[in-house]
Amino acid sequence: MSKYVNTSVEKVDGLALVTGEEYYTNDFTFDGMLHISVLHSPYPYAVIEEIDDSGAKAMEGVVEVLSFKNVREILYTTAGQGYPEPSPYDTVLFGKVMRFVGDNVCAVAAETKEIADLALKKIKVRYKQLKPLLDFEASEGSPTIVHDKDGSFPKIPVFHDPAKNIAAKVEADIGQFDNALEHSEHRLDHTFYVPYASHCAMEPHGAVSYLDRRGRLVISSTTQVPFHVRRIVSAVAEIPVSKIRVIKPRIGGGFGGKQEVLLEPIVALVTWRTKRPAKLVYSRKEVFVSTRTRHQYRTRFRAGFNRDGSIEALHLDALENSGAYGSHALTVLANAGSKTLPLLNKIPNLRFTGKGVYTNLPVGGAYRGYGATESYFGYGQVIDMICEETHNDIVEYYKKWSIKSGETSPIFRALGEGKEGVAMNVTSTSLNECLDLGARLSGWYEKRKQHAHSAASDERFRRGIGMAALMQGSAIPEIDMASAYMKMNDDGSFNLLVGATDLGTGSDTVLAQIASEVLDTPVEKIIVTSSDTDHTPFDKGAYASSTTYLSGHAVKKCAEEIKRQILVVGADILELPVGELEIEDGRVVKKNPGRNEEVPAVSLAEICQSSLYQKRQAQIQATASHVSPKSPPPFAAHFVEVEVDTATGVIKLLNYVATVDCGTPINPTLAEGQAQGAIVNGISYALFEDYHFSPQGILLNDTFGKYGMLTACDIPPITVKLVASYEESGPFGAKSVSEININGALPAIANAFHHATGKRLFRAPFTPEYVLSVLEGKKERRSPR
Amino acid sequence: MRAEFTVNGAKRLLDVNPNETLLQVLRNGGFTEVKSGCQEGECGACLVLLEGKPVNSCQVLAMSVGEKRITTVKGIGSLHAPHILQKTFARMGADQCGFCSPGMVVAAYSLLKKNPKPTREEIASALDGNLCRCTGYVKIVDAVARAAEELAKEGGEPHV
Repeated sequence: MSKYVNTSVEKVDGLALVTGEEYYTNDFTFDGMLHISVLHSPYPYAVIEEIDDSGAKAMEGVVEVLSFKNVREILYTTAGQGYPEPSPYDTVLFGKVMRFVGDNVCAVAAETKEIADLALKKIKVRYKQLKPLLDFEASEGSPTIVHDKDGSFPKIPVFHDPAKNIAAKVEADIGQFDNALEHSEHRLDHTFYVPYASHCAMEPHGAVSYLDRRGRLVISSTTQVPFHVRRIVSAVAEIPVSKIRVIKPRIGGGFGGKQEVLLEPIVALVTWRTKRPAKLVYSRKEVFVSTRTRHQYRTRFRAGFNRDGSIEALHLDALENSGAYGSHALTVLANAGSKTLPLLNKIPNLRFTGKGVYTNLPVGGAYRGYGATESYFGYGQVIDMICEETHNDIVEYYKKWSIKSGETSPIFRALGEGKEGVAMNVTSTSLNECLDLGARLSGWYEKRKQHAHSAASDERFRRGIGMAALMQGSAIPEIDMASAYMKMNDDGSFNLLVGATDLGTGSDTVLAQIASEVLDTPVEKIIVTSSDTDHTPFDKGAYASSTTYLSGHAVKKCAEEIKRQILVVGADILELPVGELEIEDGRVVKKNPGRNEEVPAVSLAEICQSSLYQKRQAQIQATASHVSPKSPPPFAAHFVEVEVDTATGVIKLLNYVATVDCGTPINPTLAEGQAQGAIVNGISYALFEDYHFSPQGILLNDTFGKYGMLTACDIPPITVKLVASYEESGPFGAKSVSEININGALPAIANAFHHATGKRLFRAPFTPEYVLSVLEGKKERRSPR
Repeated sequence: MRAEFTVNGAKRLLDVNPNETLLQVLRNGGFTEVKSGCQEGECGACLVLLEGKPVNSCQVLAMSVGEKRITTVKGIGSLHAPHILQKTFARMGADQCGFCSPGMVVAAYSLLKKNPKPTREEIASALDGNLCRCTGYVKIVDAVARAAEELAKEGGEPHV
């Protein structure tokens, strides 16, 4: 029986957060600190012929101007991934070629932010404009080449063909797709589009740096990946790793948007050159335009299936708009297949083809869901279409055909991240329970009947209910590593040092709970220090739904070694064999004592004091690392009831139910919070989030107000239920929960819309304008908007 | 130049330029609990009370504040003496990244002062100017509702 896991303990930083005590990057200020502003390209595609920065340099208070004139153009990728990164090396910090409106021209460091901003206006740049490429469907083979003989290259042996504007290509072929399609009783072929989106973390991107008293560079930044920041800053700013310390303070949300190394090299260069502290914090507009986005996608599904609904052949062809640079281009693409196609694992003939293409538009990157969100929109509707055509109930269909415990999918091996994937069996799933519970809580069968005639009615308001089943992964198998260090203190408390990065997800708390469980010691006695490259051991960072599963496993191993050492000392003190001892409530006690025996016990404090000061003196301490041989998928079922106003095109959500299998929820409240946040983000992405560009490639909706965000008033009733399974390879049975639930809204709402109206939505977002055009049966316009 | 401001009950001399917003002056003066999320009055992270009324401090010129009382989230409760709202936020998982939390707490506090027994709709409406990307708002509304119940049980008005 677990005591500290599967328990909703309060976040270790909770009260400090809600009382405003905690420091975020922008809260750090240092004496003599310089303020940096960045000049961004006003043109989507241009060559800089000349930068005249003399006017800026002549201004009082301007200290440094960085541009290609004084910063070496070193190719790298801004993607904070394991090394060597699977993203192409196609970016320089300050280049001569501007590839999108928002690209970096130069940076000014000045005594105040006001002076830095004014100085930007004094910089004269002569651009030679080139014809931009703004339509991703026209990118491959376009006469406009976004990376034209610029030396960009892949760091690992993967396909990269900049001459044809191809940033990444991923393919997998299982069975005989063409033959199977031809011989299927039914066929379908549909194409879907999802748009750009911004992560909209409340905290804008920022970085601050200074030299410590021994001349080493210290960077605090809004990063999900401090160790990757250290490595990449070293390469780009040409500063030895040994001279760099990266700290992640509190961070105001990430969602993948801070898995990029964008600002850190700039502050690093300013501080390294001027020897002065420096700060750069992006405005909200800069976050929208110049950081990273969700990739725009086109997905085409071709399927061949039989009268009973069994699918013989399925082909997913994905086209990804990588934008101006290929950050995460390859891996998001691979995940568009690897996180969807294994769900219905009994399809014998599967094909995945995908390309990521360059355009002169903002840059895609990691975004919660990571390709899965993009492809579940079509995948979930295609399954609904097949069920409709073959008179299957979709809930029963998923129960019958989805991957089960003990089963595998050839996709796991076929689609890896820049290399072959890892074959694995699913060893935990409660998807069928999720489906049953979700159906019950949403009133699925009643509502399906109740709204059965909506589509044929001529009522203005029509209701429908739809659903989708989902999976994701937990960590990147055989690539990513996490580690932990622990030591014991005099009073029986412990320091837990982890490289893992708490973005607000609560991972500091979750990891403390795992250590608590092993050591049967309250969470208050686990003092967590995280994300400091000088003081915590390596962790790949917060991405790929991995911290609980992967870093948590490292913590568990580490705590188990600490426990072993404690029991050895306890055995010595109690004069009993180690095998007869156990830790219980902060003491080492004899297991199974006799009925009338006084239980021999020694407190953890006494044990530590003994080992520090008295006998066989040694620090009780341990370190452990973990790499996962697999990536067990979490599962979920999402159900949504909608009301469509056929006069205005507004889709109103009446009820949203999500049932989620994340293995053991280490902290159920935090796990629910992950699901609720992801669901609401998914809903707003489905309903209205989008990037609107001018014909010149300028982002038009670059503020919260113009972009649109749901507020507390806008959310429908949302029910989240965790349906635990037990994943043997995870710490105390845990899998992941952070990403999966952003994938459900697109297909579930689209399926509910179909139930209500009989029409299909092939394009997100489902704005009233688009919905009306669908209801009126207007012909599709071609992308991009 | 410097000017006197009354923040969380204490008079403070703060550096101020005539074109600076209250947000800038507060943050430069060390009140970093007031967060800057958009500087356009759209996210609510910089919400403070001015004479008890919630305002986005990025939309107020500092020099216009004069002697009006300014209350930040730390004026509502502190780490060592948290307000019930702050306790329920932390206990019920209404805080994820915490960046919106100071503004959310200020907005909720302002609501409970006017309306100690709000419905869920009234709570949501009071938080309408505060954006959050982490929580989906569910646990925030839950926490405010719980705080209202607990305050009612204590028979106490929210205090400053």
